[in-house]
Amino acid sequence: MSSILKLQSFIVRGVANNGFNKVILYLRQTSITPICSRSLHLNVDRNNAKCSDASSKAYPIVDHTYDAVVVGAGGAGLRAAFGLVAEGFKTAVITKLFPTRSHTVAAQGGINAALGNMEEDQWQWHMYDTVKGSDWLGDQDAIHYMTREAPKAVIELENTGMPFSRTTEGKIYQRAFGGQSLKFGKGGQAHRCCCVADRTGHSLLHTLYGQSLKYDCHYFVEYFALDLIMEDGECRGVIALCLEDGTIHRFRSKNTILATGGYGRAFFSCTSAHTCTGDGTAMVARAGLPSQDLEFVQFHPTGIYGAGCLITEGCRGEGGYLINSQGERFMERYAPVAKDLASRDVVSRSMTIEIREGRGCGPEKDHVFLQLHHLPAEQLHQRLPGISETAMIFAGVDVTREPIPVLPTVHYNMGGVPTNYKGQVLTNCNDEDVVVPGLYACGEAASCSVHGANRLGANSLLDLVVFGRACALTIAAENKPGEAIGSIKANAGEESVANLDWCRYAAGSIPTADLRLQMQKTMQSHAAVFRTEDVLREGIDKMKKLYESLQNLKVSDHSLIWNSDLVETLELQNLMLNAMMTIVGAENRKESRGAHAREDYKNRCDEYDYSKPIKGQQKKDIKDHWRKHTLADIDPKTGKVSIRYRGVIDDTLDSQECKTVPPAIRSY
Amino acid sequence: MTKEMQLLKICRGSFSQVRLLHMSPAVNAEAKKDSSPRLKTFSIYRWNPDQPDQKPYMQEYNVDLKQCGPMVLDALIKIKNEIDPTLTFRRSCREGICGSCAMNIGGVNTLACISKIDAGSGKATKIYPLPHMYVVKDLVPDMNNFYQQYRSIEPWLQRKDTATTKSGEVQQYLQSIDDRAKLDGLYECILCACCSTSCPSYWWNGDKYLGPAVLMQAYRWIIDSRDDATAKRLDKMRDPFSAFRCHTIMNCTRTCPKSLNPGRAIAEIKKLLGGVASKPAPQMNPVGLKQ
Ligand SMILES: Cc1cc2nc3c(=O)[nH]c(=O)nc-3n(C[C@H](O)[C@H](O)[C@H](O)COP(=O)(O)OP(=O)(O)OC[C@H]3O[C@@H](n4cnc5c(N)ncnc54)[C@H](O)[C@@H]3O)c2cc1C
Ligand code: SF4
Ligand code: SF4
Ligand code: FES
Repeated sequence: MSSILKLQSFIVRGVANNGFNKVILYLRQTSITPICSRSLHLNVDRNNAKCSDASSKAYPIVDHTYDAVVVGAGGAGLRAAFGLVAEGFKTAVITKLFPTRSHTVAAQGGINAALGNMEEDQWQWHMYDTVKGSDWLGDQDAIHYMTREAPKAVIELENTGMPFSRTTEGKIYQRAFGGQSLKFGKGGQAHRCCCVADRTGHSLLHTLYGQSLKYDCHYFVEYFALDLIMEDGECRGVIALCLEDGTIHRFRSKNTILATGGYGRAFFSCTSAHTCTGDGTAMVARAGLPSQDLEFVQFHPTGIYGAGCLITEGCRGEGGYLINSQGERFMERYAPVAKDLASRDVVSRSMTIEIREGRGCGPEKDHVFLQLHHLPAEQLHQRLPGISETAMIFAGVDVTREPIPVLPTVHYNMGGVPTNYKGQVLTNCNDEDVVVPGLYACGEAASCSVHGANRLGANSLLDLVVFGRACALTIAAENKPGEAIGSIKANAGEESVANLDWCRYAAGSIPTADLRLQMQKTMQSHAAVFRTEDVLREGIDKMKKLYESLQNLKVSDHSLIWNSDLVETLELQNLMLNAMMTIVGAENRKESRGAHAREDYKNRCDEYDYSKPIKGQQKKDIKDHWRKHTLADIDPKTGKVSIRYRGVIDDTLDSQECKTVPPAIRSY
Repeated sequence: MTKEMQLLKICRGSFSQVRLLHMSPAVNAEAKKDSSPRLKTFSIYRWNPDQPDQKPYMQEYNVDLKQCGPMVLDALIKIKNEIDPTLTFRRSCREGICGSCAMNIGGVNTLACISKIDAGSGKATKIYPLPHMYVVKDLVPDMNNFYQQYRSIEPWLQRKDTATTKSGEVQQYLQSIDDRAKLDGLYECILCACCSTSCPSYWWNGDKYLGPAVLMQAYRWIIDSRDDATAKRLDKMRDPFSAFRCHTIMNCTRTCPKSLNPGRAIAEIKKLLGGVASKPAPQMNPVGLKQ
């Protein structure tokens, strides 16, 4: 009883938020009528008598009912959430971070839209660039939708207050960005990337959060979603852990949207936040549904070693170069002409070879140096002030005297939960796409698939707002507020709670942080930029062992209030699912396409050989080429991955508006 | 006015640099040669709500700086990973942009992820949660009141009309480069609450006084040339507490890890409230593209 009281006082001190009030109510009732909110009494066999005190087995459960639940409050989740409230749906947003702490906040460059503020522009040109960027693995109906909706989406952001940089005419300023062209690649560089200085993600996220406050969204902040509640093949909500007091909450809901972001933390060096752990994809995997194209992971050559913060390509543009442990400027060997300014994948691959052949720098010989100090201090100060500061803050390096330790760094996950252009989650039965009722996904967690094998810069923020909104629109078109929701079993979520309890008392020998580090290092050296059969195979073997080690985890914090040791363990389970599907998918895909570069299969393998005239060629069967999406299923118990495929959608939404961009050899 | 503000910003930037860069590259280079550990003590506030009988206490941890990244957050993560997984704190971006890791380090409210470990002094670094906040556990404060206050200023653009044309096409609002520049130094706030929790007025009247972070965001919307709810926004603050509890002590500005100047923004609000200044008319008609 006293603990219940204490619990209440915690929450009362919380906020006068509608959702919260309800929580208090339920809890108050708990002490009187246990029917309303039953404690699940679990018989968990922990094989460890010491830990199994009775109280630990009982978890108070609080039930909620909503028209829609959004998991995640980054750019994608917030846009979906207020779109739903605007349509009259009673909506809950569950997020493990306060919304403005989501990793969308870190995006710098900008958001693409053919506004034509700088020069004449058309969204069809943006569409062409995106299809080409995707290396023809993108679904063209979704790309059509995104690029067409882009100008509206950006103007909407501006209208809600996003502080865009301005042109002299007072319009949104647009900068040049990689992969953006005019007139279907024939008109030179486009200026299509709308930006707020170099803080676009920050402004976007804060603007969206502000806007959502205008609406009556029920926020459940610092709630960790554990699993989907699936019944009869339908998604009927989620089960989540409240970090503040350790209570378990079941959200029964007609519609559930996943917007949980990427899983950069499966790798050792990434530009992602500590919280980018692919929880959404993992929840979907545990629900027995496939993930799509996870082998496509975007790398940037120069992230700061250890910290992972990005160091711009401009450094090499100013005359900086990479050196190995022998002080050799090794890029001269790999790319005699372009040297350090060769394209990103070439540089990343060369760096990886140096490291693998033992010429890496540092005590573990696992990175190389980016040297700038041969350049005049004045030039560094003038042209690269931001980098000088970042290197000082994050590598403790004075660039006028020392080199910066760098490593190819994981930047973005093209793959994710497969959806159609309306945001509905798909599975595949007998080679047909099948919609999973009640389940939607958007943002980096989803693969709809506008990015295909390679995302263009500044297309991700666009993806968030366009498909966040699309999810809301689809739900509004197919449901009504207050509609009846299918029932959920009395013991729904039991397995999730059992797993949580298991983690909480896990008394093996490997601390979560150790296993996580081993996984990150394995993924970094075996499923990186540069992939070959034996390296991948070896990586899979190592990962299998690490996956088994999940059984042998050791968690030290057994408390229920803000137990971050527990949360990191749950996140590690999620990362492992993502990592396994990624590395198996990479081994399986025997071609090079976009970000997936296989040394042993250097070419892209399509239905035709597009380097030659198609006429007279026999079209290959889908079995025999790789222009198809990977669908990976994983058994969460064993970590065993099995792979199926899904065709790429080449048809646009309306061929009158824009035609299919036919596959071609991708060269810039 | 904006020039002044910019100047102040630049100066503050350089000061905070000095404060941050305790570990000079020279110290760094020295450390690389010698192989014996270089231990640093962190004395960290601990409180576990599961043991309500036990009073909060300080726990000391020793970290070998040679095996640790340069930031206080690196040390905290190292302690959590290798010494004591029960140590609890918030973190996410690790690059000073999400605002999760605000705490009191060596007497200063700042972000652990961009605050260098003081390696020189040989003294233990004391780490507390943000001051005068309810503590949920260890270094995790309860931020709900702060978030509620942020919500209360209605942080979204408000206008009576829209830029929708007769044919129903929505247009961007126009804003001149100079009008946009008025938002610089304001919109970059990451809501970390370092400033508010360093403000004595906020400590004593945190329920009624909005505090520097929230007031600066209020000013960000007041001064936006596209927003025309200025009068309403100001009227909401016409009481002795919301804004006027600021006594220009400037702790807020001194502590802001993003080198912003909330103290200055509050002074501008007071001028607007006192009628000493008024919001300038937009240089461009925001709905100029409607025609
Ligand atoms: C350094 C960097 C720079 C970038 N720059 C650009 C750029 O210039 N332009 C561009 O277009 N893109 C850029 N990107 C990519 C883009 O920022 C991201 O892809 C995008 O922000 C992802 O947004 P999201 O809404 O999908 O997820 P996130 O913003 O990562 O949000 C995830 C949300 O899900 C919640 N969540 C996760 N798991 C759970 C759980 N289990 N329970 C409850 N809640 C959960 C989190 O709390 C969070 O609110 C950049 C990325 C990085 C890392
Ligand atoms: S200037 Fe005002 S807001 Fe800032 S610390 Fe002083 S009293 Fe607080
Ligand atoms: S003004 Fe500075 S200290 Fe205050 S909340 Fe914003 S970023 Fe943090
Ligand atoms: S972890 Fe994001 S600001 Fe420190």
